[in-house]
Amino acid sequence: MQANLNTYLQRTTDAAPLVVFRVFFGIMMLLSIIRFWSNGWIEKLYLEPKFHFSYYGFEWVKPLGNATYILFAVCGVAALMVALGYRYRLSIALFFLSFTYIELMDKTTYLNHYYFISILSFLMIFLPANARFSLDALRKGRAYMEVPAWAIDAVKLMLGIVYFYAGLAKINSDWLFRAMPLKIWLPSRFDLPLLGNTFMQQEWFHYAMSWAGMVYDLSIPFLLLYKQTRLLAFALVVFFHVFTRVLFPIGMFPYIMIVSALIFFDAGLHHKIISRIRHAGRIAGIGKSTANLEPFGVYPIKGWQRKGIPVILTLFFTLQLVVPFRYLAYPGELFWTEEGFRFSWRVMLIDKVGYTTFTIVNGETGEAFEVDNTDFLTSFQEKQMSFQPDFILEYAHFLGDHFSAQGHEHVQVFAKSYVALNGRTGKPYVDEKTDLYREKESFKHKTWILPFKDDIKGL
Amino acid sequence: MIRFVNRSLACLCAVVLFTACSSSDNGNGGTPQDQFDRQAMLTNWADNIIIPALADLESKLAVLDDAANSFAGSPDQAGLDQLRSAWLDAYATWQYAEMFNIGKAEELQYNFQMNVYPVSTTDVMNNIASGTYDLSSVNNQDAVGFPAVDYLIHGIGVTDAEIIDQYVSSADAAGYKTYLTDLTARMVALTGEVAGDWSTSYRDQFVNNTANTATGAVNKLTNDFIFYYEKGLRANKIGIPAGVFSTQPLPDRVEAYYGSVYSKMLAMTALNAVQDFFNGKAYGGSSVGVSFDDYLDYLESIQGGDGLAGSINGQFNSARSQMEMLGDDLSQQVTTDNAAMTRTYDELQKAVVLLKVDMVQKMNITIDYVDADGD
Repeated sequence: MQANLNTYLQRTTDAAPLVVFRVFFGIMMLLSIIRFWSNGWIEKLYLEPKFHFSYYGFEWVKPLGNATYILFAVCGVAALMVALGYRYRLSIALFFLSFTYIELMDKTTYLNHYYFISILSFLMIFLPANARFSLDALRKGRAYMEVPAWAIDAVKLMLGIVYFYAGLAKINSDWLFRAMPLKIWLPSRFDLPLLGNTFMQQEWFHYAMSWAGMVYDLSIPFLLLYKQTRLLAFALVVFFHVFTRVLFPIGMFPYIMIVSALIFFDAGLHHKIISRIRHAGRIAGIGKSTANLEPFGVYPIKGWQRKGIPVILTLFFTLQLVVPFRYLAYPGELFWTEEGFRFSWRVMLIDKVGYTTFTIVNGETGEAFEVDNTDFLTSFQEKQMSFQPDFILEYAHFLGDHFSAQGHEHVQVFAKSYVALNGRTGKPYVDEKTDLYREKESFKHKTWILPFKDDIKGL
Repeated sequence: MIRFVNRSLACLCAVVLFTACSSSDNGNGGTPQDQFDRQAMLTNWADNIIIPALADLESKLAVLDDAANSFAGSPDQAGLDQLRSAWLDAYATWQYAEMFNIGKAEELQYNFQMNVYPVSTTDVMNNIASGTYDLSSVNNQDAVGFPAVDYLIHGIGVTDAEIIDQYVSSADAAGYKTYLTDLTARMVALTGEVAGDWSTSYRDQFVNNTANTATGAVNKLTNDFIFYYEKGLRANKIGIPAGVFSTQPLPDRVEAYYGSVYSKMLAMTALNAVQDFFNGKAYGGSSVGVSFDDYLDYLESIQGGDGLAGSINGQFNSARSQMEMLGDDLSQQVTTDNAAMTRTYDELQKAVVLLKVDMVQKMNITIDYVDADGD
């Protein structure tokens, strides 16, 4: 076992797939930042709201006023430096920190794919993705043709976990036997050319898409791993992600996944990509090239890193495998309580709509009034708050503090909440008699969430 | 193995091609039976509800404007009675138009220039005293429209004689007359602009905008409809006066406060307008066309469900029965028996849940306009 592990850790492989992955990742991230900025979302999502929803333990992470633009600029520049491979370790760390800070500023915007970018960029800090075809190689005059095999396997494993866990999450009765929520989402795409009024309205199509999605997610990592099925798998990746891009507003994510899947291919493809880029560079008049460098052998992992990085990666992947299952520690239906829902690759799995109003009560006199949520929240925030218990609690505390500061006395905060999950009739969601101002946020189960009163079977 | 892969790819391409071809065949072969015709719904809304309601409002406002001018010409009791009845007629019709905050109405902030209450009597009096004002200014939104006219015909004296006297012999008599007729002229002009836009260009644009995007006509009008029900009807007419959003009841916040015996009638009319729109009932007629109720039935035929349209209608009916028990003067109702007001509010509120949670989920309409990425 020990011997096997040592042999594995010493195995080396062609650096090209990792290096190309780095280039594409950097470019995709730069484009994402530019797109986010030019859509006006920095202002809309981080500067306009009066109040921001924080992750538990990260309440200190807030938008920085106008300096938020600088934060995005730093993130974009870091992405460019990653693509160019310039001071790579520093730039990918900077990217990880700035991007993660951005995501922590307001959990209203939480998306699985933002989380994916955060942890992937963390992982990349420990990978020698600047071994060659990078400004670092040019600077040092050394291009390493090989990297440790685990460096590439780590990225493959990460991608594999994302797909496989997304597939596992689809093994539930709502997805497979009620075709929910696709049965809600697909008919509403009636305006698609050709498909809109035909397939999108057919029940069998909703079921077919649900089952195909589950099989696709579970099998794609393996199909990509084996040479015999790789091309087919890649064609499926392209087809699937382009299709979801057409159906749903999911931004850059499909393109990022398509480009990332290239890392599964043999190095030959990546050599071709590199020479294409070099050719384009020559046409553009770039004189210097790492092609002229004398090639070195294996990228040396030095000092503490030789033992340290494998340890870090082992811990990292253990967490990745365990964290999605933390929901098992909570009672109740996961889709209903959402306790342990995030950071688990539960992608496009539920359709939830909520309506939550708050009453401020004077505990002594019983005097009460209802809050107009639009006084404090943007419509996007109100929508997200209305069906997620940690949002409801955080907002209740904000309201309690706000009205106490205004001079109201003995403030109690009660919520009336109705939530519809995957097409079920809206039902009461939180206990109307619980003073939420007295409830504290924690990792413990929130007892004031009312029971689901239905059964969703599955993982 | 290469051959296997190639064959697989060929199969995949064939499937994609087949899919594309067969769907285009269906597309060209006429509209399939199971498809809901959103354009028919938009057409019913435009041709049988929105445009006729606006046309009726236009003519009622013309009557109001005439009455205001003839009263200003010779202020007397008969003229005041006529003016009041014209105002009430137009105000009731307005309840059928307020929810359509789309197109020109949205652009002009039509609602904010027609029915922001409570009216700021200070702003009205300052305008009259100064004689120079811009009625289209944002600062004057609480000094124009139906509430301002309400004040000028019901509120500037205790008795009718006192009111008429303001137009005859007060220091600002001329100012009152001018302001009154300026107000009604402005309401006529605004409504003419909105109605005119519908009948010339906007109607076709609306009816053809069937896309499921934030700016699609179905999505926008659904949002308008729900927003109006929640804010314009539930909160403004009942909830706010009943003190639901404040520590104390606010009896002076009712609609048509100065002619307060009309506040219940206006709220009832608004509820009827909402329910008629939900069911696609033609304005001023009895024929029923395609609307939300049919759309929800169609969606339930795919998604399953237990008769949401029926539940929503049932809840509108419960709210109406509760509202019917209120006195004509809601301001007085708040002071004498506010519990009846809050009961009405609670019934109205239950329908908000059905609309904002169940209907929105079935229709899969985004309630917000931030087009941020989904997951």
